[in-house]
Amino acid sequence: METVAMHIANGIVDGPVSALFAAVAVIALAFCVWRARIDLDDRLAPMAGLVAAFIFAVQMLNFQVLPGVSGHLLGGTLAVVLVGPWVGALCVSTVLIVQCLLFADGGLTALGLNITNMALVGTAAGYLLVAGLMRVLPKTPGGVGATAFVGSVVGVVVASQAFVFEYWLGGTTELSLATIAGTMAGVHTLIGVGEGLIAATTVATVARVRPDLVYALRRFRTQPAIVPVPVAGGVA
Amino acid sequence: MGAGHAHPLHLDRPSPVHRLPPQVKILATLLFTVVVVATPRTEIWAFGGYALLLAAVAAAARVPALWLAKRATIELPFVLLAVALPFAGHGERITWLGMSLSVDGLYGAWNIVAKGTLGVLASLLLAASTTMRDLILGLDRLRCPAVFTQIATFMLRYLDILADDARRMRIARLSRGYDPRFLWQVKAFAVSVGSLFLRAYERGERVYLAMVSRGYDGRLPRPEGGGASAAQWAQSAVLPASAAAIALAAVLG
Amino acid sequence: MSLRIAGLTYAYPDGSVALRGVDLAVAEGERVALLGPNGAGKTTLVLHLNGVLHGGAGTVEVGGLRVDAGDRSRLAEIRRRVGIVFQDPDDQLFMPTVAEDVAFGPANLGLRGAELAERVDEALAAVGMAEHRDQVPHHLSFGQRRRVAVATVLAMRPQLLVLDEPSSNLDPASRRELAEILEGLPVTVLMVTHDLPYAMQLCARSVILDGGRIAADGPTTDILADEDLLRAHRLELPYGFHPVRP
Repeated sequence: METVAMHIANGIVDGPVSALFAAVAVIALAFCVWRARIDLDDRLAPMAGLVAAFIFAVQMLNFQVLPGVSGHLLGGTLAVVLVGPWVGALCVSTVLIVQCLLFADGGLTALGLNITNMALVGTAAGYLLVAGLMRVLPKTPGGVGATAFVGSVVGVVVASQAFVFEYWLGGTTELSLATIAGTMAGVHTLIGVGEGLIAATTVATVARVRPDLVYALRRFRTQPAIVPVPVAGGVA
Repeated sequence: MGAGHAHPLHLDRPSPVHRLPPQVKILATLLFTVVVVATPRTEIWAFGGYALLLAAVAAAARVPALWLAKRATIELPFVLLAVALPFAGHGERITWLGMSLSVDGLYGAWNIVAKGTLGVLASLLLAASTTMRDLILGLDRLRCPAVFTQIATFMLRYLDILADDARRMRIARLSRGYDPRFLWQVKAFAVSVGSLFLRAYERGERVYLAMVSRGYDGRLPRPEGGGASAAQWAQSAVLPASAAAIALAAVLG
Repeated sequence: MSLRIAGLTYAYPDGSVALRGVDLAVAEGERVALLGPNGAGKTTLVLHLNGVLHGGAGTVEVGGLRVDAGDRSRLAEIRRRVGIVFQDPDDQLFMPTVAEDVAFGPANLGLRGAELAERVDEALAAVGMAEHRDQVPHHLSFGQRRRVAVATVLAMRPQLLVLDEPSSNLDPASRRELAEILEGLPVTVLMVTHDLPYAMQLCARSVILDGGRIAADGPTTDILADEDLLRAHRLELPYGFHPVRP
């Protein structure tokens, strides 16, 4: 929720570790593609494309938090609550790849690190927590909103700690790890609270209008889960 | 927000760099960046060499230095991090202007500023000389899995439409005298984010329907043609090859 | 017969009934307007014509070929024969450039190379958009996008062209240009619309669908002259417009 770049640049983490996480990202994304195809079948390309456009558009919507401080949503946990962990990870990754190539945001050699942190680790933590909480909380707009809030805070903080881990493995300057971990956790808890408030309201809004579109709710339906019938939006 | 072919960082210029096929430019940028990141931070003059190489590319691509400098400010947060390093670093320390600075931290700061700046400049040159569409085509020709280029294609096609939707919703909100400014007024903002998602998702469903109606069976047509000639590969190889030569000379010398 | 629908019924998974026994036959080369209020079942009917929706009772035949959702190769042929132009051209134009979008349908039919290029040129020429082939859809006017949307379907050389609200959001000039294009096309047309003057201009025959049933079927001039009939189905002529027999 801040205007500064959140994407790791070249030269923060050394070459070998960057390469290692590029490999991690490739393998994890291959798995996500496989699972996302199960979720969406041949609807994957258009649906994931529109969801990615949504995340990208949301990241461009700046709004004033306090006078002089404006912020925007990161949208990782929001995406996985709405469209599920696999499609969500693919969408966030595509946004990161395009931001790197088209907007020079995030280093080319750090792309694997950025994808691992924001599209994989952060969303996985957020989603696991949401999935767990939804077992106990009411499956209502309020319930799913509350889980989206907690999931967002945790997702953002865990993603920042993934960076700390990478820095510990391949940081180019020796620093006190406890200091970095503490600073990153502190700053990202604040960011996460803002992120979580917006994600919670957004998810609750969607759940009120089209509960069938909220993946985190759909999973716990007693009826046959996902009906892959192409039903037209706005069929009269 | 730029629309369609253009994007905010694209500079439409007639130049030999603009005319190169996108795949050779993407690969050259990636290899150059890898060489930069792999260079030991103590080889200070090598980074000067890399900067000269980029200056030559910028001149060939007719990208003004001021334009590059302005866009490079995206890197600023990391420069601030770099400034903090000499104070927070460990190990041997030196005193300069009465401040105790860590030698490792100074090298670390240099490392981040030098590699980060060179990386951002290389990416900016790629973005300035290549259209959105060509970048996706280039990725496709470099054998990037089709699922990503397809998602990116749909994303870029509908990004402007969603941004317009968002703008209209904001204007509608403002017309009703509501201007969400502070964090505690976050609700109206988030409600519009929710309706933006609904619009995006429902449009996705309608797009899929339109695709199926025209015989879509899960395979999107792959863009044809656009191979690069040996000469074009050779031209673009000049950048990473020269950088590699500088790196070798620095490490061995 | 270009299109023959018999006893078509359909209910959505949530139980709401959209079609309650629709019978309709459209002859080769005919242009028919499908009129009806919102929620009458018009879009549901349209999505049955190419087998996107199915599962209720009744049959749909296009050019003598019966729509069968279980038979993939037959469904592909049905989707070639029935070209649907959806209401929002931005839904229809999903590819990065005009030419690539027009090529999408014929490419799915297996066309490649010169043959594919010829189809694209032919379709774009038919709607007067040939010089915009390399443009991005976002840079076209709304009227131009609607014309390209028609071209994307024409490129498949359909037997039946189905248009969903073709005149919506068009300015008067684009509206006239589209009408001129449609009048010149040698295909059977089924036009879903609320725009009664447009129906009058383009279609000799009109059908009113309401409550999932065909409520009226006859010459457009007769239907538009029957004020009680129109009122009963929430259809209204624009102020000052009087249908006259040509």
